[in-house]
Amino acid sequence: MELRTRRRLTNRIALGLSLAAMSFGLFWLCWILYTVFHLGLSGLSLDLFTKMTPPPGSTGGLANAIVGSLILVGFATLIGTPIGILAGVYLAEYGQRTALGVATRFINDILLSAPSIVIGLFVYAAYVAPMGKFSAMAGIFALALIVIPVVVRTTENMLLLIPSSLREAAFALGAPKWIVVMRVTIRSAKAGVVTGVLLAIARISGETAPLLFTALSNQFWSLDLREPMANLPMTIFKFAMSPFGDWQTLAWAGVFLITMSVLALNVIARVFFREPTKS
Amino acid sequence: MSNMLAMNLRAGKSQLTGETAPTVQLSISGLNFYYGKFHALKNVSLDIYRERVTAFIGPSGCGKSTLLRAFNRMYALYPEQRAEGEVLLDGKNLLANDIDLNDLRARVGMVFQKATPFPMSVYENVAFGVHLHEDLTRAQTDDRVEWALRKAALWDEVKDKLQQSGMSLSGGQQQRLCIARGIAVQPEILLLDEPTSALDPISTGRIEELIHDLKQEFTIVMVTHNMQQAARVSDYTAYMYLGELIEFGRTDDLFIKPKIKATEDYITGRFG
Repeated sequence: MELRTRRRLTNRIALGLSLAAMSFGLFWLCWILYTVFHLGLSGLSLDLFTKMTPPPGSTGGLANAIVGSLILVGFATLIGTPIGILAGVYLAEYGQRTALGVATRFINDILLSAPSIVIGLFVYAAYVAPMGKFSAMAGIFALALIVIPVVVRTTENMLLLIPSSLREAAFALGAPKWIVVMRVTIRSAKAGVVTGVLLAIARISGETAPLLFTALSNQFWSLDLREPMANLPMTIFKFAMSPFGDWQTLAWAGVFLITMSVLALNVIARVFFREPTKS
Repeated sequence: MSNMLAMNLRAGKSQLTGETAPTVQLSISGLNFYYGKFHALKNVSLDIYRERVTAFIGPSGCGKSTLLRAFNRMYALYPEQRAEGEVLLDGKNLLANDIDLNDLRARVGMVFQKATPFPMSVYENVAFGVHLHEDLTRAQTDDRVEWALRKAALWDEVKDKLQQSGMSLSGGQQQRLCIARGIAVQPEILLLDEPTSALDPISTGRIEELIHDLKQEFTIVMVTHNMQQAARVSDYTAYMYLGELIEFGRTDDLFIKPKIKATEDYITGRFG
């Protein structure tokens, strides 16, 4: 066969295969989104945001679960983000090749890929069991433990992407290292670090397993961090498994809410990430 | 006899250009440099003259940038790199362990090949280094920023966009911003590491004019790949090859009648 014909054919086959793979993935994704919209939208109403989770057979909403999820995810992010960013800075700027740095990076990678149920069980054993009861605080700890490795990883990677010439330029002006890190490298990597945090939030907002053993759930309105707290993933888990129609409708509405907020976070992350390349 | 003649010629040229006899600003002797086990500079000795432009030329990998980076101890950022020997600045060896690197770098500024504006406004870029070393009021800082930007021939182009990001400027403007940032600290010596190799000919021309103006106040040491550039802007030229200083002298002498055959081969393009 002539060389050119063969190359053109190879090109067509490769293109065809990758298009097929893409449409296969996209097909399921669209189906999932369709189902979520179709079943979730029907449960959407104002009651969802104002009423508590109901007992079976009566009307209600997800207000306590929504607020509970916001509290759990919010505090977990507040705890996990600074720790993650500082550790990421250490790995990229200070301890890159030191024994401590290498060990920290290795352990962080393990933590990053640890199944979330393991983290839930760990917090159960380390916090819930000694305290003798489930609490929102335990849920926050478990979620923060998921946030930290994600933020550490992205922060380190983003800082390593900053060219060393920028660091040298700052050092060449006689800047001490902490000023170089705080005012030049972190600022340059800001968009990437924020993206990492947003992706971490997206990840924990749907986690169920770590809450199963920690925050548990709550039928009622409670803002007390020492008590079990309602949250969307656990409520969905419970309501979707139930035989009651209105519970199932609420579960779908919850799924819709989580999907939408994760989608929104991802879109925000993308917009943020695109910004610096333009300038 | 010929020496006398040369001296007379030189004195004559100095009178014509109104230059005073040069004094030594940096005195380098027996400088050796190592990247790990690689011996990158071999027993280099030369003097850098105050308020003159000295250019380092030579083929890639000859050690000219390495030599430049020894003058502000840039290499100290990398643990596997080390220098031995003497680089005297005001009689003190700046390679000594007790030298405060931040103070040294305030006295010996550096501009790099690639423009590296910091992710902040034009104004903050210039003020960045100033605030590290001096406690200035807002008005004093404003004056210093304007002074540095004027010196760098950038003021007229950016005076209306001082609050814009430094990264929004063009490549040539960014490089002049980096020069402004470097001179804002008011160093005695300015090191330029191939400052125009990433720029178009027009921007290059502007920076070369700038270098010519800046030598009124600063001692300038530059590395360049471009021999014409060295011939155009420098007063002294050092030709380096494989980590050794082959020849050092007044640019006019070195380009017109090099003493060493290897130098002649390089500048006439027969090699390198």
